[in-house]
Amino acid sequence: MPRLSYRRALTRALADEMTRDESVFLLGEDIRVAAAGVTTGLLKRFGPDRVLDTPLSEQAFTSFATGAALAGARPVIEFQIPSLLFLVFEQIVNHAHKFPLMTGGQCAVPVTYLVPGSGSRTGWAGQHSDHPYSLFAHVGVTTVVPATPADAYGLLVSAIRCDDPVVVFAPAGALDVRADVTDFAPVPLGRGVVRRPGTDVTVVAVGHLVHDALAVADELAGQVSVEVFDPRTLYPFDWDGLLDSVSRTGRLVVVDDSNRSCGIAGEIIATVVERVPLAAPPHRVTRPDGAVLPFAPALDRAVQPGRDQLTAAIQLTCKDG
Amino acid sequence: MTGPDPVGLYRTVRLIRRFEERAIELVDAGEIVGGIHPYLGQEGVAAGVCAALRVADLVTGTHRGHGHVLAKGADPARMLAELCGRVTGLNRGRGGSMHAADFGVGVLGANAIVGAAGAILTGAVWARRRRGDDVVGATFFGDGAVNEGMLLEAFNLAALWRVPVLFVCENNGYATTMPVEGAVAGTIAGRAAAFGMPAATVDGQDPEKVREVSAAAVARMCAGGGPELVEARTYRFDAHHTFEHRVRLDYRPPEEVAAARRRDPVLIQGDRLPAAVRAAIDAEVEATLAAAVDFALAGPAPDPATALDHLYASGLTARTGGG
Ligand SMILES: Cc1ncc(C[n+]2csc(CCOP(=O)(O)OP(=O)(O)O)c2C)c(N)n1
Repeated sequence: MPRLSYRRALTRALADEMTRDESVFLLGEDIRVAAAGVTTGLLKRFGPDRVLDTPLSEQAFTSFATGAALAGARPVIEFQIPSLLFLVFEQIVNHAHKFPLMTGGQCAVPVTYLVPGSGSRTGWAGQHSDHPYSLFAHVGVTTVVPATPADAYGLLVSAIRCDDPVVVFAPAGALDVRADVTDFAPVPLGRGVVRRPGTDVTVVAVGHLVHDALAVADELAGQVSVEVFDPRTLYPFDWDGLLDSVSRTGRLVVVDDSNRSCGIAGEIIATVVERVPLAAPPHRVTRPDGAVLPFAPALDRAVQPGRDQLTAAIQLTCKDG
Repeated sequence: MTGPDPVGLYRTVRLIRRFEERAIELVDAGEIVGGIHPYLGQEGVAAGVCAALRVADLVTGTHRGHGHVLAKGADPARMLAELCGRVTGLNRGRGGSMHAADFGVGVLGANAIVGAAGAILTGAVWARRRRGDDVVGATFFGDGAVNEGMLLEAFNLAALWRVPVLFVCENNGYATTMPVEGAVAGTIAGRAAAFGMPAATVDGQDPEKVREVSAAAVARMCAGGGPELVEARTYRFDAHHTFEHRVRLDYRPPEEVAAARRRDPVLIQGDRLPAAVRAAIDAEVEATLAAAVDFALAGPAPDPATALDHLYASGLTARTGGG
């Protein structure tokens, strides 16, 4: 069986949902020729009315999607680069997210914002390497960061079916991950998964960092028994699943490719310490405060959370207490 | 599409006028908190544009939005209840003055972010037509909004994709205190020309002229003509916001205000009717608003325990703030 790439899993999710539901349509820049490699073949199958190339008008087409959703459609917007979300933060946060409450429940805004290639793609530097998922979790917009091809498929399907706005971050570091996928099924939003059972420490890893955490756990096997928890959805977060894991291991490390201050790692640690006693202080590995990714590869890597830092954090947590 | 309806237009401008006056009383009485952006003086624009639309047609508006919502057919009583923050309001007390929406009559919501409503309406009309519904839309914005990039992007999308949207600029001469001459390079109609959109400038104080220009544009849009822009020259008789009197901003010469007040859309339209007809409508509007005030004030305030209701359409419940 051919191993399915993460990117193709996204394509398949789009195609399946467009087939299942006439109201789903795609819009974005250069999506008819699949410049980002996600919408490949969809124009031919579904026609230009459902695969809409947009002018470079991020703010207008993001609110256009809000309006289309208010009128009963289910738009999926593909963004070429993650930093475009800063341009359309206003449109997502002030409008799409607020409309249902502000109208007293008169409407739903089922828009999916798909960001393939989020985070650092080596060499893209300052304005192309952001990974702004913590911002959306902070606002309370459903925020999804799949790590595997099966989850990329299943979470995108669930995002499209969700009646609220959902941002799907497909990390650049995960796009080329391949796996055997036998079961194409929706993955429920808000449900995490234990990727690797362990007994000494719970490592929460977000997106592509799940693969780093698994590698580190393998390296440390025999020395420390690491449980890897993949939340999959950052908002809503699977607190029950995580608390269950930490209650068993008693220790917590979070690895998260967003900025340290007010990042999701801080929220994860805060919630856990509010709820369960830990055997040792928790640790987090993140980008630095206010990070801007520098260009030169060595500098770019220095700013991203890495395996060495994760290993050190695990050892530190396991040494204490 | 309705034909010229002098009586209907008068009823609408009069309703909006008295609604605003009663709402200001309720602001002063402390029943409406946060205040309102009065539409006094601009009634002819909403009345004229909405008279050219059907119930199914879609509208989005602004922070100065009461007139748009009422002219499109929302219930004044539920609208006033919304302003008073009652569960009986259009938005169950969750939106207030700047977000009043009534999807049942095609009002997708007033919007408090300047320049934001045009792109939303464009998407809504596009999606409804893609489904086969024969609707058009109108979106209202002020002269301040024509300097917001997103609105200009929306002009481009609507023109490019030939979405039947009437972009209605209510040029009341000021964006808060900024005179239009100090803010708009070129002309408002010239912005439409740049996107190949037909544009008309109309006397916004004359409801019939606004209706006529809008109806002609709507007819062309229905025939596949794509979006159009109408610049309605108007004036707000009162403050930018009811708060303004307290901060005593000084930016409009009193003579200018006085001169503008002499071109009152309620009087202009009223003068076209026999005195008896006009008196009957006035009485009818008075009765409607008296009942609306009673209804609004009688409505219960929402239960604080429901403050997060409707946050998520999917039924997701948010964690509370704790304590
Ligand atoms: C994007 C944005 N900028 C600023 C404000 C604050 N603000 C509210 S109303 C207003 C003036 C708007 O002027 P205009 O568009 O001419 O409409 P008018 O108030 O005259 O009806 C401003 C600046 C806002 N709500 N949104």
